[in-house]
Amino acid sequence: MTGSAPPILELKGITKKFGSVVANDRVDFDVAAGEVHALLGENGAGKSTLMSVLYGLYTPDEGEILVDGRPVEIHSPRTAIDAGIGMVHQHFMLVRVMTVAENIVLGQEPSRWGRLDLKAARARVHELSDRYGLAVDPDARIEDITVGAEQRVEILKALYRNARILVLDEPTAVLTAQEVRELTGVLNRLKRDGAAIVFISHKLREVLDVADRITVLRRGKRVASVPRAGATEQSLARLVVGRDVVLSAAKRHGTPAEPLLAVADLHVGDERRLEKVSGVSLTVRSGEIVAIAGVDGNGQRELVDAITGMRAPASGRVRVDGREIAGQGVRAATEAGIAHIAEDRHLRGLVLPFTLAENLALREYRSPQCSARGWMRLAHLRERAGRLLSEFDVRGGGPDSYAAALSGGNQQKVAVAREIASNPKVLVAHQPTRGLDVGAIEFVHGRLIEERDKGRAILLVSLEYEEVRALADRILVIYEGRIVGEFSPDVSEEELGMAMTGGQVSRSEAVV
Amino acid sequence: MTLLEDELEGHPLGGEEESDQAALRSPARLTAFRRGSGAITVPVLTTVIAFLAGGLIVLASGHDPVSTYTSIFTGTGLNWLFPWIGGAARATAAGNLQQTLLQATPLILVGLAVAFAFRAGMFNIGGQGQYTVGGIVAVWIGSSFAGMSPVLHIAFAIVAAGLAGAAWAGIAGVLKAVTGANEVISTIMLNWIAIWLGVYCFQLGGPLQNPKMPQTPVSSNVVAGAKLPVFWGSAQLQGLDVGIFIAFALAVVFAILIKRTRFGYEARAVGFNPEAARYAGMNVGRTWVRVMLVCGAFAGVAASLDILGWKFNLYTNDIQVSQVGFYGIAVALLGRNSASGTVAAAVLFGALLTGTSDRNIHLSIDPTLVQYLTFMIEGIIIMLVATDVITLRLLKGGRRIAVALRSRPAKAARPSGHGAS
Repeated sequence: MTGSAPPILELKGITKKFGSVVANDRVDFDVAAGEVHALLGENGAGKSTLMSVLYGLYTPDEGEILVDGRPVEIHSPRTAIDAGIGMVHQHFMLVRVMTVAENIVLGQEPSRWGRLDLKAARARVHELSDRYGLAVDPDARIEDITVGAEQRVEILKALYRNARILVLDEPTAVLTAQEVRELTGVLNRLKRDGAAIVFISHKLREVLDVADRITVLRRGKRVASVPRAGATEQSLARLVVGRDVVLSAAKRHGTPAEPLLAVADLHVGDERRLEKVSGVSLTVRSGEIVAIAGVDGNGQRELVDAITGMRAPASGRVRVDGREIAGQGVRAATEAGIAHIAEDRHLRGLVLPFTLAENLALREYRSPQCSARGWMRLAHLRERAGRLLSEFDVRGGGPDSYAAALSGGNQQKVAVAREIASNPKVLVAHQPTRGLDVGAIEFVHGRLIEERDKGRAILLVSLEYEEVRALADRILVIYEGRIVGEFSPDVSEEELGMAMTGGQVSRSEAVV
Repeated sequence: MTLLEDELEGHPLGGEEESDQAALRSPARLTAFRRGSGAITVPVLTTVIAFLAGGLIVLASGHDPVSTYTSIFTGTGLNWLFPWIGGAARATAAGNLQQTLLQATPLILVGLAVAFAFRAGMFNIGGQGQYTVGGIVAVWIGSSFAGMSPVLHIAFAIVAAGLAGAAWAGIAGVLKAVTGANEVISTIMLNWIAIWLGVYCFQLGGPLQNPKMPQTPVSSNVVAGAKLPVFWGSAQLQGLDVGIFIAFALAVVFAILIKRTRFGYEARAVGFNPEAARYAGMNVGRTWVRVMLVCGAFAGVAASLDILGWKFNLYTNDIQVSQVGFYGIAVALLGRNSASGTVAAAVLFGALLTGTSDRNIHLSIDPTLVQYLTFMIEGIIIMLVATDVITLRLLKGGRRIAVALRSRPAKAARPSGHGAS
């Protein structure tokens, strides 16, 4: 499918500088109709900048953009849309209180006699969603639908505006494995229909699954464009990072000792008091990583919240080294020895307008080292932060820098550093590498194994199949709030996938 | 004063889109942003623009803006600072400056009451009510207990007024913590309750009405021993009392609380990101209540300094027309919710109020116009500084109410996360 068709979109020699930082350095990129062209690179390699140039959010310092072989001036998203370019952003741009149909037509509403013609809107949405298999309910409100559905709405929005060139910025970062498969299906249908797709990602495997061609950016430069045929994860990783990368953390088996976390018959409800965790029991021992694998929304969030004290369980027990903490709140959990790497570093894990010193103190700010008699010990916090930042190789800021100023990977390192520094007995790591690039994932994985070997009990909750397999000593599969199977890390993807989606599970022999 | 400057330090947030977006998600963060980017420049510029706009209005009305502003400036007494002013002019200037600082004293504290709430992510519109309640208590204690030792009497009245203001604001804090009630709405309602409570107390036949003046709706007078000592100017001519030092001291307390204490750390964490605060083991609801208590205390003390410093009694009419609490919002906004900024903004507003009051206006200038100028300038300042902050705040508040209504059955005793939007 590659090479033969003339490109519909060409970017030639795009250079974009921010002050002295060269975000894009003479980057060439093109995509043809019926092709998926992946743009691969680490966080900060310049992928988003390039696409912002394409979408009219930035004006390039040099270079030109051609659509259908003709140079075009794109100076606003409006002109980009008129040129047939549709963008699905990483952070969705939807009005949460409005319905799916209303969101899709927003800005280009069909109207009759000056009134919004919702019927026409709904019909058009139906037509598009049927054609590409983008299942959405036009009348559902955005706040009530899943993240995967929100993304489908974003794609529909672009299609509604007659986009022929579709740019997807890290589309899988928020999706479950199942949703990723669905997205792949949608992309294939779009391709068949002659759309040109730019697929931005830092996940090697997905790029190999989806793309026809792969262009790798590193530090703002295009380092290679390769056809999918012949590319491997290893070869791409080398291009992305510029050196050989250990893709799966070198792991010896753990040597589990006494149980540190014991959860028994836990029932937890969500905000609407619907039961989301139904009788989970599990044990994590010292020196062991136990992974909870499952499709998103099967009770992982509620389970983690109940264990870490963020949410009171309806019933059941949570014991940390023999001490009961269920329903006693975060402080009791922290004091009992639980640390919690939060799923969402912006929502929970960090206070973005706080300095790194202040952020690094969040878990332990009440400890006598951090505050005494109501006074914060600022000098100590700063000194401690300096130590942790260098130990965890956080780049881009010192103790007095604001967390908001760091890149996502470094922010996550700060969150991880803080939780590990609290010297916990039990470390609950919820999606600890979400949105991180290869290098940062390598670091976090290595560190989790190191902490396991120091005798901590680690409960890893992850949606990433590879992460679970790479780190876990035991894998528990959660489905609809229940643990439906236990596997050893060498379980096949098929078997695990089957269990995660509620398929028949032959309860395989428990692994010690 | 390095502490105060410390608080205004720059906010080196980069041009990263992601962080920009995140920072704009909450108004408290937005304020933090603002305080950083042009901590001094922007408010000063705002003020200048407001005065220029006011000048245009004067010009449009057919008057001379230069002479108007000169007259206002002379009225503020700030020309006392010019060493070349001497003689009778200097004495007049001193008297005017004393007035300016008397006006600034409560504005500092009411401004701090708004600013502190802002730092914890709340919008305290209730400064007026907290000030009113503090005033009622201060005048009651100040006019009773004759013969008490002056220092004790004054301290008693100030502390009690602070506690009364705290309790009043605490109601809004508790309502928010327990039921999720939006503090904007509840503090506004509490303002009205406080005002009519005051009217009830001092109206004819009211429980605290002056028994010696049965035909006048006024409180009894503060006894001599409870009056704050005047240190500049004459006590008979309403000179400047020591209350302003109490206001300054509390501004320093504010800065220390925010920056150096565990309570301030918790308050700021809750203000920036309540969900992260909860994740860190903080009790968000309790923090809200404690912050409101402190806010109310500032406003209550503000009232006691007015009562014990120069008012000495309260007419029901005073209570109904007082605007101090609302000026406090402008002061806090212009001062970017920092201690030093609030002090500076309070002095500016104090000067504006004094400079445009009837008695200081030069006869050649239309007095009504000049008085309205204060309101116009204030309005323009608030609009420029705050429109987005207020709008965002109200939007967020509205959304929170909607969320609370929809998920009412699930509302646990512990406040659940608000950030999950």
